[in-house]
Amino acid sequence: MSNNPTTPGIQSARLSGAVLETNFADLHAPLDTHEAHVAADRCYFCHDAPCQVACPTAIDIPLFIRQIMTGTPEAAAKTIFDQNILGGMCARVCPTEELCEEACVREAAEGRPVEIGRLQRYATDRLMARNSHPFTRAEPTGRRVAVVGAGPAGLACAHRLAMKGHEVVVYDHRAKAGGLNEFGIAAYKSTDDFAAREVSWLLGIGGITIETGKGFGAGLALEALQAEFDAVFLGIGLAGVNALRAPGEGKAGVEDAVSFIAELRQAEDLSALPVGRNVVVIGGGMTAIDAAVQSKLLGAESVTIAYRRGAERMGASQFEQDLAASRGVRILTNVMPKAVHGNGAVAEIELEYTAEIDGRLQGTGETFRLPADQVFKAIGQTLEGAPGALELQGGKIRVDAAQRTSVAGVWAGGDCASGGEDLTVTAVAEGRDAAEDIHATLMAAG
Amino acid sequence: MADLTTTFLGITSPNPFWLASAPPTDKEYNVRRAFEAGWGGVVWKTLGSEGPPVVNVNGPRYGAIWGADRRLLGLNNIELITDRDLHRNLEEITRVKKDYPDRAVIVSIMVPCEEEAWKAILPLVEATGADGIELNFGCPHGMAERGMGSAVGQVPEYIQMVTEWCKTYYSKPVIVKLTPNITDVRYPARAAFRGNADAVSLINTINSITSVNLDAMSPEPMIDGKGTHGGYCGPAVKPIAMNMVAEIARDPETTGKPISAIGGVTTWRDAAEFMALGAGNVQVCTAAMTYGFKVVQEMISGLSQWMDEKGYTSTQDFIGMAVPNVTDWQYLNLNYVTKAKIDQEACIKCGRCYAACEDTSHQAIEMSADRVFTVKDEDCVACNLCVNVCPIEGCISMEELALGALDERTGETVKPYANWTTHPNNPDAVTAAE
Repeated sequence: MSNNPTTPGIQSARLSGAVLETNFADLHAPLDTHEAHVAADRCYFCHDAPCQVACPTAIDIPLFIRQIMTGTPEAAAKTIFDQNILGGMCARVCPTEELCEEACVREAAEGRPVEIGRLQRYATDRLMARNSHPFTRAEPTGRRVAVVGAGPAGLACAHRLAMKGHEVVVYDHRAKAGGLNEFGIAAYKSTDDFAAREVSWLLGIGGITIETGKGFGAGLALEALQAEFDAVFLGIGLAGVNALRAPGEGKAGVEDAVSFIAELRQAEDLSALPVGRNVVVIGGGMTAIDAAVQSKLLGAESVTIAYRRGAERMGASQFEQDLAASRGVRILTNVMPKAVHGNGAVAEIELEYTAEIDGRLQGTGETFRLPADQVFKAIGQTLEGAPGALELQGGKIRVDAAQRTSVAGVWAGGDCASGGEDLTVTAVAEGRDAAEDIHATLMAAG
Repeated sequence: MADLTTTFLGITSPNPFWLASAPPTDKEYNVRRAFEAGWGGVVWKTLGSEGPPVVNVNGPRYGAIWGADRRLLGLNNIELITDRDLHRNLEEITRVKKDYPDRAVIVSIMVPCEEEAWKAILPLVEATGADGIELNFGCPHGMAERGMGSAVGQVPEYIQMVTEWCKTYYSKPVIVKLTPNITDVRYPARAAFRGNADAVSLINTINSITSVNLDAMSPEPMIDGKGTHGGYCGPAVKPIAMNMVAEIARDPETTGKPISAIGGVTTWRDAAEFMALGAGNVQVCTAAMTYGFKVVQEMISGLSQWMDEKGYTSTQDFIGMAVPNVTDWQYLNLNYVTKAKIDQEACIKCGRCYAACEDTSHQAIEMSADRVFTVKDEDCVACNLCVNVCPIEGCISMEELALGALDERTGETVKPYANWTTHPNNPDAVTAAE
């Protein structure tokens, strides 16, 4: 008959469709108008506002909140989109507790910041619901720019370039545009196919062609793009996944967390998606949290995150850690994978305690085993498939302050580029800034 | 984005938002910052006669009232006119106007009620190149004790006389700023226009004591144990100012005359409301003093969005549109019948409507044992108090009874328009035409 959380092995339909629907509903329900006005009323309209300074895209937060307060959420959305064309997604996925809301003066004063993220969503949802695009294109420049990667960086870059009057072709190796907005990120943060709707709304500017199924190693070569286009922007993300470097890693059931999340995001029917009874996620970042929480929401009986350092070093914010805990995920810290055991498929994972000795993390020798039908690797992604001509820095494409790579005429931004945190909002800022520099460069060339 | 360019008295500014004569416009430094922030114009803080400038107190100049979350609702001040040298002000005005030819620069003036005093200062102001002057007949504190400010504004004959002098010795537009500290604002407004004023601006601040220090037993702001009345402004005064603007806009003697509205303008909506009531533009002070000059950006985007949504392409399209609908009580339709209706889905069962109606109105709301609140149509006079005290917006609505429907309170059917002038209870009623 039907499965349940204690059904052994990796199984689908551990929970009923109705429970799954509830589990994967919007993490933060949207504010209604009254709630938005009350929330907006708490904003002090600070001078040289700390929240704006903390925002990687420098959205004029006090102004957009005031515009909400005065009953013009559409004007508020325009203020947001002026700086961040993916403001809708960022309202859903930004770790606001570590950015704008952490900087909010009311966070310092009362421990309760203005709800900037939810207000941003209120405004952007309203403008996007109008199904009209708020920007218009400048006169055509006759210039053509290639963007490789249709993630947040590539889309932000393409939009700004299109607005300036350039023709843009965006390539992506996947079947759909959106990058991590579409294939990463927990499903409960981007409900109702928001990522795809946002892309189609963004394309409303015109002048942007998306070509899917094309990337480096899949039909594209940098030299050819340079020959065909006036400029090239790379927003190819980090396609590689770090290995566990523990014996038994090759056993069935040991998977990449990013693949699991992508599969989940694309699933038509969540009850068809299999998940282990006992799931262990290795890592401490947002990907680890997203994989762990969603495993639990799919019906896994027990889900454990194993992180090799202390909780304070986790890449995931306190809010994300609390979210995981509230969904029943256990977080183990100071443990690292020692071996994966099982006959063909994983049955147990052996973890070793760690300690930081003289600034170096090492195993203490004490180990223990957890039952595991499924092990997700979420220990970081790596650059893969970057053209060889580009100089790297710290494993990423080296860029300067204007997002220029070491190769003239080629810019890069987002997770694949050096500098900045690997956040959607940072990718948007870098894509946008690269577009401004590309525009300035192309126009100066006459 | 709708074009907000507004022409007032032939003076064109990129938007209808001017800073009122007040501390924000006291110096070149402030005014340049204001223009950089986007303000359409300024009325430079009031200049006095040549000679030693006025002095201000050296203790607190402002008092305020706030909402619970410290939202500033009303502000009061006891600051006087500029305490800077006249010629320094004139030089700065000249420089600023030269650098910002597209912005309105109006100079506020307050000198003694003697022709010579006005004759002396007006050519100096004219030489600055400023676009016009505003006569400060409004400030209610300090200067009024010396026979200036509201002391002039309270005597229509003085207003007319001084305005005539200004029209004689000054070639550009003359705006007369009115005090609200009078009984009927139409009289000073009529006097200003009889003196050939190009426009009136109102309101100046209202006599006020914002609070009393119950330990020192002194009004605030307190200067060494004593206080004096100040001039009240900010969001709290807007309803008073709107009524005064509307009264002038619909007075047969002054209707259609230019008005610059002042009084609690804080958002785009406040401006739109004043302009609908006949104001050609608005002047702002408290909002800028509370939030900084950047606050104008919301006014600009909001007014523009609203105009786009309404299909207005120019501020001229809606200025004065509400004036025909401001009328006397006696012309209100006494046959217009509405009944309160409570949306049970939206109701949170707080009972405030019941308390208000049962204790202070017409006992027209019924409360059941399980806290369901319903309106008794047979008792509801449609006063709207329940709507206003309900914490949930849209929960209680007033529903109009259609022509011919039965009003259960009166037992009569709803009849066509009729007002007090023809009502049988009116001893002065005129017979309605059959």
